[in-house]
Amino acid sequence: MIGIGETEYYRHGASPDPEFKLALKAILAACEDAGLDPREIDGFASYSDDRSEASRLAAALGTHRLRSATMQWGGGGGGCCAAVANAAAAIVAGLADCVVVFRSLAQGQYGRFGQAAGIHTVSGERSYLMPYGVLAPPQRFAMRVQRYMHEHGVRQEALRAIALASYHHAQANPRAVMYGKPLDAGKYDASRWIAEPFHLYDCCMENDGAAALLLVSAERASDFRHKPVYLLGAAFGSGHRAAATAHNAPLYATASFDTVAPDLYRMAGVGPSDVGVVQAYENFTGGVVMALAEHGFFKPEEANDFLTFENLIAPSGRLPLNTSGGNLAECYMHGFELVLEAVRQVRETSTNQVRRNDIAMVIGGPMVTPASNLILGSEATL
Amino acid sequence: MSGPAHYLPAGLPIPVSEPDGLSAPYWAGLREGRLLVQRCDRCTSWQFGPEWICHHCHAFDLTWTEVEPAGRIFSWERVWHPSHAALKQHGPYVAVVVELPQAGSVRMVGNLLGDPQQTVVIGAEVEGVFEHHPEADPAFSLLQWRPR
Repeated sequence: MIGIGETEYYRHGASPDPEFKLALKAILAACEDAGLDPREIDGFASYSDDRSEASRLAAALGTHRLRSATMQWGGGGGGCCAAVANAAAAIVAGLADCVVVFRSLAQGQYGRFGQAAGIHTVSGERSYLMPYGVLAPPQRFAMRVQRYMHEHGVRQEALRAIALASYHHAQANPRAVMYGKPLDAGKYDASRWIAEPFHLYDCCMENDGAAALLLVSAERASDFRHKPVYLLGAAFGSGHRAAATAHNAPLYATASFDTVAPDLYRMAGVGPSDVGVVQAYENFTGGVVMALAEHGFFKPEEANDFLTFENLIAPSGRLPLNTSGGNLAECYMHGFELVLEAVRQVRETSTNQVRRNDIAMVIGGPMVTPASNLILGSEATL
Repeated sequence: MSGPAHYLPAGLPIPVSEPDGLSAPYWAGLREGRLLVQRCDRCTSWQFGPEWICHHCHAFDLTWTEVEPAGRIFSWERVWHPSHAALKQHGPYVAVVVELPQAGSVRMVGNLLGDPQQTVVIGAEVEGVFEHHPEADPAFSLLQWRPR
């Protein structure tokens, strides 16, 4: 991983630039960061049906040639790590030399995730949900989290600690949309319910912007401006029938990492105790609880003890979490801001730098399928 | 027009079968006040939502089988934030996932009728209530739930 770049992050609908222009700006920023001529990019990777299409980007940037264009199927933000995996796979397979992974969003231009508008009839999965007011992600995921809390005795305070840690980290991060807008326990408790058990602050923001990451083969990685960061492992997918419609996944109260987390650790050759810092996609805080447990950081029954504010903050909490502010408080760049923050941690350039930064994890999109994850490492971990 | 017989206001998306007809028997059944769930003739597995193939034994053409609309609450949520213009002035409502033990424990999502502020208990027994919308275009019916 040789370059990272992002645009300014905006409130949803507030970007002065259209979505495609945001994508171009982020990609150029990543190239500038790496010290790479953008024309050298020969592959593009994204997820969640990003509208900034690879061939148009290649034409706009005047790349010498296009050799890889991969789109991760389904799962929305659950693809944020899978897109990186697809890019790395293209490089390792010899299909491409320099792949940019990116996500661009201008919700003013294209509409929000959190509102169901302009739909007269629905069929398939949505037809079993929307007529009952289960319309948008908060309502789609609250019942999974409710069941998880019921099965394992997880309390609201565990969810709250995750929100507080993200907001705490955002206060030191000038990129963060919630920079200068701190959150405390009282404000969290007093905030309105979106869908029980989610308070307002348990839910991600919606934002405009773009973020990009450049990958080359490990052999070339030290030819660029920054200390390189290595991809030690990546995995994506979900367990048996996770996509069974109308909430019929056999393993219901899950973040979808029951099979994916073991795959990740196996590829990376490390275990949970080796990981010093985690960026875990917060569509909703409850999904983070599940995702961290499924990655072996604690047992579900230990969630209340483990998930405290003190344990989750940089520089030296037990497991510093979402050190840029993440989807809750930095920017909902559909999770891609989390990948960039993991790179910063390994580079030692985070605004909330942790002490144990050699091995950093990213977890994408809990409760969706396919979900995905990454483990990044410094040169010392190779 | 939404009468008092409807739990949520009119204007939410209307359920229809896919163009290929996969779920048409389910929606037609609700309109007749019957709950139909797919069952495999070969291996007797139950399946919901519908699919063209049995996930267990890969037989095609599962049989739509009438099931008593009764079950128990598997999970729930109380929704406060309106994610649709039709819900703007409505206030909270409760959605539930109901498990049907008599049909292989398939699950269905619906609303829990009654006071939206009621205490909801996971595991509580509920019975189905068919909620008909003959005035909608296209007309449709939903399956709601109330405590038993």
